[in-house]
Amino acid sequence: MTTTSVPAAAGLAAWRGFRGGRWRDEVDVAGFVRANVLPYEGDGAFLAGPTERTRHIWGLLTEMFPAERERGIYDVDARTPASITAHAPGYIDRDRELIVGLQTDAPLRRAIMPFGGLRMVENGLRAYGYELDASVKEIFTRYRKTHNAAVFDAYTPQILAARKAGVITGLPDAYGRGRIIGDYRRVPLYGVDFLIEAKRRDKASLDEHAATPDVVRDREELAEQLRALDELKAMAASYGYDISEPARTAREAVQWLYFAYLAATKEQNGAAMSLGRTSTFLDVYLERDLADGTLTETEAQELVDDFVIKLRIIRFLRTPEYDELFSGDPTWVTESIGGMGSGGADGRTLVTRTSFRYLQTLYNLGPAPEPNLTVLWSPALPEPFKRFCAKVSLDTSAIQYENDDLLRAYCDDDTAIACCVSAMRTGKDMQFFGARVNVAKALLYAVNGGRDEMTGAQVAPRTEPIPGDVLDYDQVMAAFDRTLDWLARTYVDALNIIHYMHDKYAYERIEMALHDYPVRRFLACGIAGLSVAADSLSAIRYATVRPVRDDTGLVVDYRVEGEYPAYGNGDDRADSIAVWLVEAFMDKVRGNAAYRGAIHTQSVLTITSNVVYGKHTGNTPDGRRAGEPFAPGANPMNGRDVHGMVASALSVAKLPYAAARDGISLTSTVTPDGLGRVDEERIGNLAGILDAYMSVGGFHLNVNVLDRATLVDAMAHPERYPQLTIRVSGYAVNFVKLTPEQQRDVINRTFHGVR
Amino acid sequence: MNNLEVPGRLHSWDVSTGVDGPGTRFVAFLSGCPLRCLYCQNPDTWRMRDGTATTAGAVLDTARGFAAFARTTGGGMTVSGGEPLLQPAFTRALFAGAKELGLHTALDTSGALGARAGEDLLDLTDLVLLDIKSWDPAHYRRLTGGEVRPTLDFARRLAARGTPVWVRYVLVPGVTDDPGDVDGVAGFAAGLGNVERVDVLPFHRLGAAKYDRLGIPFPLRDTAPPDRDLVDRVRDRFRDAGLVAY
Repeated sequence: MTTTSVPAAAGLAAWRGFRGGRWRDEVDVAGFVRANVLPYEGDGAFLAGPTERTRHIWGLLTEMFPAERERGIYDVDARTPASITAHAPGYIDRDRELIVGLQTDAPLRRAIMPFGGLRMVENGLRAYGYELDASVKEIFTRYRKTHNAAVFDAYTPQILAARKAGVITGLPDAYGRGRIIGDYRRVPLYGVDFLIEAKRRDKASLDEHAATPDVVRDREELAEQLRALDELKAMAASYGYDISEPARTAREAVQWLYFAYLAATKEQNGAAMSLGRTSTFLDVYLERDLADGTLTETEAQELVDDFVIKLRIIRFLRTPEYDELFSGDPTWVTESIGGMGSGGADGRTLVTRTSFRYLQTLYNLGPAPEPNLTVLWSPALPEPFKRFCAKVSLDTSAIQYENDDLLRAYCDDDTAIACCVSAMRTGKDMQFFGARVNVAKALLYAVNGGRDEMTGAQVAPRTEPIPGDVLDYDQVMAAFDRTLDWLARTYVDALNIIHYMHDKYAYERIEMALHDYPVRRFLACGIAGLSVAADSLSAIRYATVRPVRDDTGLVVDYRVEGEYPAYGNGDDRADSIAVWLVEAFMDKVRGNAAYRGAIHTQSVLTITSNVVYGKHTGNTPDGRRAGEPFAPGANPMNGRDVHGMVASALSVAKLPYAAARDGISLTSTVTPDGLGRVDEERIGNLAGILDAYMSVGGFHLNVNVLDRATLVDAMAHPERYPQLTIRVSGYAVNFVKLTPEQQRDVINRTFHGVR
Repeated sequence: MNNLEVPGRLHSWDVSTGVDGPGTRFVAFLSGCPLRCLYCQNPDTWRMRDGTATTAGAVLDTARGFAAFARTTGGGMTVSGGEPLLQPAFTRALFAGAKELGLHTALDTSGALGARAGEDLLDLTDLVLLDIKSWDPAHYRRLTGGEVRPTLDFARRLAARGTPVWVRYVLVPGVTDDPGDVDGVAGFAAGLGNVERVDVLPFHRLGAAKYDRLGIPFPLRDTAPPDRDLVDRVRDRFRDAGLVAY
C-alpha cells in the first residue's frame, strides 16, 4: 500500500460530493465504490433509447461490417508495430463522437503486435492479402527477439510432442496471453500523476533490497510501468485531453477510463482483453452529474452507448488457425455487472442504474457479442434487476451469468471476470493464462501405453498398454492416473516457460501499472473433454467396452455393449467420475511448482475449441466417433443429457469450484417454449432457474433462448441475421461469423424445450 | 404398505420449466393410458407394461436431487403420463413423498379416470392440469376413443372441493378448432370458479418419429400445426368467456 496525496485543488474539485476517506489517500477503487455506490432497487422504466447521434455513429460502423466480414479484416496497418503512442489519433466522426480514441488511426484498422510473435503477425497478414513491412520483419528477427521465438528456445522435445499431438493445446506461446485486467478505473478516479507517484513509491520500496533476480525483475517491471503511464498521458494528449489529474465530470470519467483501456489494447493482443467492473464505478459520476442537473438521462445513456460502441470495435490481427479455435473474432471485452456488496453488514446490492444502462445498449445498438456482458448473479439481487436481466436474455441471448456468492466467498465484492469465467480481484490479482489440456485424449493415451491413437506416435512415456478383450476399470484408472501425472508435469513446465518469456519479451506494462504492487498471481490451467472422459470411464465401469486394435496393437476403436449412466442426468454414478477427474487433475497440477509462486487454478472451459479438440481426438470408449466435437466447457455430452436443461445443469453444479477456481462453464440453449407460455412467465422462470442454479453452487451459465429453426435459417441466409448473437462456451459470437462446422455443432447441441 | 414401497410403472422423468405447471418441476411420466387421442405425441406411453417397474421410493430418490432447485423456482413435482390415474396408488405415494420434500404438486390428467382419484390423493394435490380435449361428446369420442362425461364430472368435483385447475386445450386444425367445441369448453370452465388459467397448446408433430419407431400409423401425420391467427382466435374465445388464457 502506498500513501500519497493528490494536488489539493484538483482533488477537491474532482471529488466534490464523494464520501469516504481512505481511498483519497491511497489507490483503493473498491473502497471508493463501497463508500459511494447508489444501489438501485427499481426497474428499467427510467431507461432512455438511442439518440439520433448514437444511431448515426453506430450506423457508420454498421456499414463497414459487411466488408469486414467478407474480407476477414477491414484494414490493417502492416508497417507500424503497435504501442500506446504508435498511431496518430483516429476517429469515426470526429465532430460527433462523445468519447474518442481508436486502437489505430482509423476505425476497424487493425494493428500489428510483433512482440508476442512475428509468425502470428506474418500469417495473419498473409491470410488477408497483406505483406509485412520488410524493415519490421528485419527488426523483429535480427535485432529484437519475440515472446514466441523465446518460448521455442526453451521448450523441451516432450512439450513439443504433446503440443503437436493436441493433448496440450491453445497455449499462448505465439501471441499475447491476455486475461489480465488493468484496473482502468484508477485513471479517472485519481488521474495519472497520482498513480505515477504511487508507483514511484513502490519502486523506491525496493531500493534497500539486495539485487536478487526477483528484485531486479520487479524494479525493471516497475520502471516499465512508469514509462507506460507517461505514454498513456501522451496518447490522451494527442486526442486533446490532459488526464494527469482526476476526471471532473461523468463524461471525463468515461473518457479517462476508456483511454486507460485503449492503451492496453493498443499494446497487447491478449487472447482476452477484459474491461473489469466499471458500470457501478461510473454510476457514481453519472448520478452526480444527473443530481447537479448537468446531465440528463438521455445524455447519460448516450455516454454509455458511445463507450460501448468503442468497445464493440476493438480488433486484433489473428490467423485463420486461431479463428478456427476461437471463432467469430472474439476479444472478450468482458464487463462484470451487478453483484452484491460484502463490505457492510447490510449486504447492499452493487446494482445501480448504470448496470441497467450497460444492458440497455443491447437494445439501443442491437445485440452484439462484445463487450462480453457478464452479470454477477446472486439470489439476493433486487428482483426488478433479475427480471430485467432475464428479459434481456430472452430478447438477445447476449449475456452470461456467474455466481456472485461464490465470487465473494473466494475473492471479494470488487471481483471481475476475465475472458469467460476467470475471476480476479480487480487490480489486485493477475493470471498466467494456461489454455487447457485434453483429458479425453489423455485417457486414450492411458489405454495405449502413451501412444497417440491417431498417429501411433509415442507422446507420453512408454508404459504397458491395457491388455485384454474387455477394458478393466481398475487397470484403466491406474494407467490414467499415471498419464495424468505426466500430463500435469509437462503442462506446468510448458506454462512456466511461456510466462517466463512473456514477462521478459511482451510484458503488459500498462495493464500491470494499473495493479497493486506486489500482485497476487494465478497459474490458470484448464481441462477440455471432461464429459467425454467421464462418460468413457462410466462406460468402462458400468457397460462392457471392447477395444479394437490395429495390426500394431494400437487401440483405434471401442465397442460398447450395454448401457452406462452418462454425466448430465443427475446420476451420481457418472457425475462422481466427472467430479473425481476435476479434483484429481487439480491435485496433480498443484504438485508442480509454478513460475513466480503463482497459485494453481483450473478451468473447465473450451470456448469454441471443443470442435477442434474433437477433430484431433480418435474414437473414445463412450461411443463418440473420431473427429466428432466434444461438448463445450463442462457441458454434458451433446444429446446424452436426456432429462432436460435443469437436470443437466445440476450435474454440472456438482463440480467443485474449489478445484476449478478459474471457472466452470455451462452453456444451455432452451427454446422460448421451454421456459413458459408467455414472456412474463418466461422471465420469471428464467430468473428462478438462475436463482436456483446459483443456490446449489453452479458457477456459470450461458443462456441462449432460441428456436432451432432460427439457427438453421441463419445458416442458410446469413445476410438476414447480421446481429444474431448466441452464447457459446463462455462468450458470445455473431452466429453468422462461425465456421459452418461450428454452426452445425451449435445446432446439433441439445436444445432443451418441450417434449 | 409403506408409502415408499408402492410399485408403479414409469415411462420416464424429466425436469422441465414452464410447461408442466408453475416454475421448474420434476415430472414423472407414468406408463399406460386409456385414451387413444389422434394427436397424441407420446404413443410410447400408451401401454402400462412398456413402462419400467419401479417404486415410489426409487422415483422420490431421483426427485430429491432436484427438490431444492424446484422449491427455489416456485416449482414442484408433476405426475403426468400416460394417464397417472391409471395408477392412483402410485401417484398418491409420489405426492405424499413430494409433500415431505416440501414440493408443490400437480396432477396432469385427462380426467377420464377421475373417479379413481380418491379424496386422500386429491388432498395431496395442489393443482390439476386438466385436459378437456373437446366438448361435443361425439367429437370427443372420435378424437380420443373415450367419453367426455367422466372428465366433466371430475372437473365439477375439483370445483366443489376448491382444487385449483389449469385447463389444457390442444388445438388441432380441423379437429378441435370447431367454435362450438371451444365455446363449450370455455363456458363450462368459466362456470367452475376454480380454473386459474387455460393453456391453448398448439398441436405439433414432434412425436411423429415415435410412431415410426413403434410401427404405429400416426393419424395426423399430414395435419399442419395451427397458424398464429387461429391460436389467437381460440385464445380470445376463452378470454371472452372470462378466463385467463395463454
